[in-house]
Amino acid sequence: MNTLNSDATRSRGPIVIDIENITKDYIMGEEVVHALSGVSLQIHSNEYVAIMGPSGSGKSTLMNMFGCLDTPTSGRYEFNGKNVAAMDDDELAAIRNREIGFVFQTFNLLPRSTSLRNVELPLIYAGMDPETREERATQALVDVGLGDRIHHKPNELSGGQRQRVAIARALVNDPSIILADEPTGNLDSKTGEEIMALFEDLYQRGHTIILVTHEADIARHARRTVHLRDGLIESDEVGVMPAMESMAAS
Amino acid sequence: MKRFLYELSESWKIAVAQMRSNITRSTLTALGVIIGIVAVTLMGTAIGGIQIGFDKSMAIFGDDILYVGQWPWKNVDDWWNYRDRKKIKTEYAEGLNRMIAMTPNSNLAIAIPTSSVYRTVKYTDSEVNNVLIRGTVSDYIITSTFDFKEGRFFNELESRGGANVCVLGYDVADPLFPSSSPIDKSVLINGQPFKVLGVISRQGSFLGLFSLDAIVVMPLPAFQKYFTAKSEAEVLVKVRDKTKLAEAKDELAGLMRRVRGLPPEKRDDFSINEQQALKSTLDPIKNSIAIAGLFITGLSLFVGAIGIMNITFVSVKERTKEIGTRKALGARRRTILLQFLIESTALCLLGGFIGLTFAYLMCFGIGKAFPSFPIHFSFGLVLASVIVSVMTGLVSGFAPAWTASRLDPVTALRYE
Repeated sequence: MNTLNSDATRSRGPIVIDIENITKDYIMGEEVVHALSGVSLQIHSNEYVAIMGPSGSGKSTLMNMFGCLDTPTSGRYEFNGKNVAAMDDDELAAIRNREIGFVFQTFNLLPRSTSLRNVELPLIYAGMDPETREERATQALVDVGLGDRIHHKPNELSGGQRQRVAIARALVNDPSIILADEPTGNLDSKTGEEIMALFEDLYQRGHTIILVTHEADIARHARRTVHLRDGLIESDEVGVMPAMESMAAS
Repeated sequence: MKRFLYELSESWKIAVAQMRSNITRSTLTALGVIIGIVAVTLMGTAIGGIQIGFDKSMAIFGDDILYVGQWPWKNVDDWWNYRDRKKIKTEYAEGLNRMIAMTPNSNLAIAIPTSSVYRTVKYTDSEVNNVLIRGTVSDYIITSTFDFKEGRFFNELESRGGANVCVLGYDVADPLFPSSSPIDKSVLINGQPFKVLGVISRQGSFLGLFSLDAIVVMPLPAFQKYFTAKSEAEVLVKVRDKTKLAEAKDELAGLMRRVRGLPPEKRDDFSINEQQALKSTLDPIKNSIAIAGLFITGLSLFVGAIGIMNITFVSVKERTKEIGTRKALGARRRTILLQFLIESTALCLLGGFIGLTFAYLMCFGIGKAFPSFPIHFSFGLVLASVIVSVMTGLVSGFAPAWTASRLDPVTALRYE
């Protein structure tokens, strides 16, 4: 309990994501769909947040906002103090490249490239020279425990290993946040737990993690859980993790 | 800049990997470009060959020779104005030479009389029809570009004396004397025997139309003795400095007017022709053949380009999710655009190189099989083909690449 308490009250870092009253409308044929209808949220550095909600709750849309893949219809979004809402496509690409590490449910690795080349990709887009690139990509793979799978292609790796490659790729540019969208959705529960342990480890090492999931078991690993429903925040709970609480009680 | 280079090399690697993983598709698509490049390159070699043949034919006339004749070397609408002109006479040459000698700093060097007629040449049982029989003087050799296969041209003594001697063109000597040397043998023209002094080496044909080797050259007095009827005379004048051709032409016109005794108010009743004028008459014809040829063969390349465009569109569609991932990882619009442009260009370059190799082999084969076929493979052509391939790739890849670069990352990531 002591460790958990200290964890919950740990001094929080500067604000990374600061959104205020953002909305997002989609036009589907004749109808306007309000995917987000006024969401305000702040995420600090070295937080571990789970975004939860049923499908249609707007969590994917919110994740796209966090990931700078999309811009809000209205509202304010500042990322590290920079106004994202006003950025153009290429500026958003630069933010994604340097500040955000994506981990996808389907891994999204390039099938014909080795682990190393997959992990190098963000560094290429950042304009890093080949030597440093290889060095850093190798280190990132070693960090996720794949030092011996550097030259394997995705189809030569297990699902868990693929997701580790994807996490290495997310980490390699030393981003401000790691954005994981259902990272265990395509994995069996044992491998899923391994991946969640890796996230826990990353969190302990000081990374900021945002987890988007509809599985309560997975969301329990986070230190803060935001529930969405119908495009609005239903609850925002910080601190105690039910999973660990029940473990401690037993 | 550095970043651009890294992106470029990355795109190149992706393009190669992409082609290798879709071998059949890439080959079939490249085939369109291969055929296009082969067609365009072969057309190019043919045009090059025609150009060389054209220049060669033009060189026969010499760029420092003026031709005084009754007709101009171009199409005229008012032919009746030329028909009734007085015939050119070989005697004019003597008068011209006298005046040239008296003019200090004359731009003209020498005037050579020629007179020509078509006759049949015989030797024992063989004969060659429609041979150009030309009477001239020994100085004719100065104005000509030919070499001797064997023997010699007639000398001044034989020229003045009007001896029954002659020089044969290749197409006359070859059929009449297939296995022996014609030197010192006598050929019959109009029943008259002419002793052969030499054989002119092969000249080829003028624009592939008529042979320049079906010719017999003999001293003018001998010619006049037997062939005056229906002969056409022409006076060749060599210019001292070919950079002053225009001045030389004016001077010659003045001299000819004096020879003809024309009063100032009368117009020239003769034509002074030159290689350049002939060239400017024939150039447009040659150029329009070249343009039409390139246009038609270019169509096949265009079809190839459409194939490339189509396959690049397919590739973009198939890899929508990959594009989404790349965008999520920080690829900018330019990066994606570049990647697909390079893919289509790489495909076209591959097709271009294969096509070029085929074209080269075909040229080589055609050149071996038909030595007279005008064909010319040049480095410029190789360069042009490579540039055309790259351009084809860029143009045909642009629309799909643009589509890819504009994809919305959210939509692209969700695409299955």
